Amino acid sequence: MKVAVLSGKGGTGKTFVSVNLAVTAKESIYIDCDVEEPNGRLFLKPKNIKKEEVFTLLPQFLGEKCIGCRKCVDFCRFNALGFIKNIPLVFSEVCHSCGGCAIVCPSGAISETKRPIGVVEDGFYKSVRVITGELNVGETSGVPVIRTALDRTPINENITVIDCPPGSACTVMESVEIADYCVLVAEATAFGLHNFQMVYELVSLLQKPCGVVINKADGSYSHLESFCKERNIPVFCRIPYKENLAQIGAKAGIAVEEDGEMKEQFSELLGKIKREVEK
Amino acid sequence: MKIAIPVNDMREEAEVCVSFGRAPYFLIYDTNSKEVVFSRNKAAEAQGGAGIKSAQAIVDEKAKVLLTVRCGQNAAEVFNAAEVKVYKTTKVTAKENIEAFEKGELALMTQFHAGFHGKA
Repeated sequence: MKVAVLSGKGGTGKTFVSVNLAVTAKESIYIDCDVEEPNGRLFLKPKNIKKEEVFTLLPQFLGEKCIGCRKCVDFCRFNALGFIKNIPLVFSEVCHSCGGCAIVCPSGAISETKRPIGVVEDGFYKSVRVITGELNVGETSGVPVIRTALDRTPINENITVIDCPPGSACTVMESVEIADYCVLVAEATAFGLHNFQMVYELVSLLQKPCGVVINKADGSYSHLESFCKERNIPVFCRIPYKENLAQIGAKAGIAVEEDGEMKEQFSELLGKIKREVEK
Repeated sequence: MKIAIPVNDMREEAEVCVSFGRAPYFLIYDTNSKEVVFSRNKAAEAQGGAGIKSAQAIVDEKAKVLLTVRCGQNAAEVFNAAEVKVYKTTKVTAKENIEAFEKGELALMTQFHAGFHGKA
């Protein structure tokens, strides 16, 4: 079973929930798809890491073969190509590596070259397999790195926890696509609710079943609670805003290993998610 | 010589559009014939790369000068390759800016912004 953990905004507690779920499940896979700033590994500190470089394809023009028909420029829906003074121009950061330009070129003037954009690390923390996608600084699209990281999941896994990027853009959709279930982490504030509604809308569009973990829940926030109630979204648990948790987090500890209450809460949470997936 | 200006409307008195790549129209003014023509900007609703596509269109119109409020780095790269000069507007309407340009009152643009796109 694959569980994606997501939230509308950063700092809500996706990594906190993901890491603790993976450790609670013991025989599990944790995949960090927050490739712009993967931080699950700070807590899990994986060992025996194997690295794989991730590439994207970029068109390369063989000038002497180009007949200047501009079919590639017209074809590119991302507008990553220009044609100035009979020379084709490629904007690598706008290119989505679809390869269409090479296909439509009637004179075989376009070949594709590999460009490195990131790495995927694969290691272990105890019996938790830790896969981390990392996008190179300055790159604009993390999607190929996320795809490579997710491709590493075997078909018969016990449980895979996908730690998603924040927000509700392409990288989030890519991370959620293979999930059987989505856990939405929300903060009990007006801002938290607003961002939660955005990811809720996204997972609904993608027709993924979902449940909620309310984090830093200092008392109840009625707007969030009633939003969930009205739509029959299960609220799995409310993680308190506790100094002890902040201390554990600050020294990169794992809450379920250091806090008895958290250990209990996360095994309950895991049980609830499993029951929802089996429904 | 042809001058291009992104505009909000198909009138000489139209305001210069604050966006280059997403401008609805381009005004093309020929300094020799004093003729004014308008073209619809096909890149205005583009998913991405609007600046590149718009710049290509300006180059294809054979304009040698662009008067604009601002311009992105990708479009600037196209203009640079095509040797189109980019000047910063100082007035509100297209007409006023053409007059200012012809009097030599406009300065070349020196700052090109990174894209506003939330490309992911």
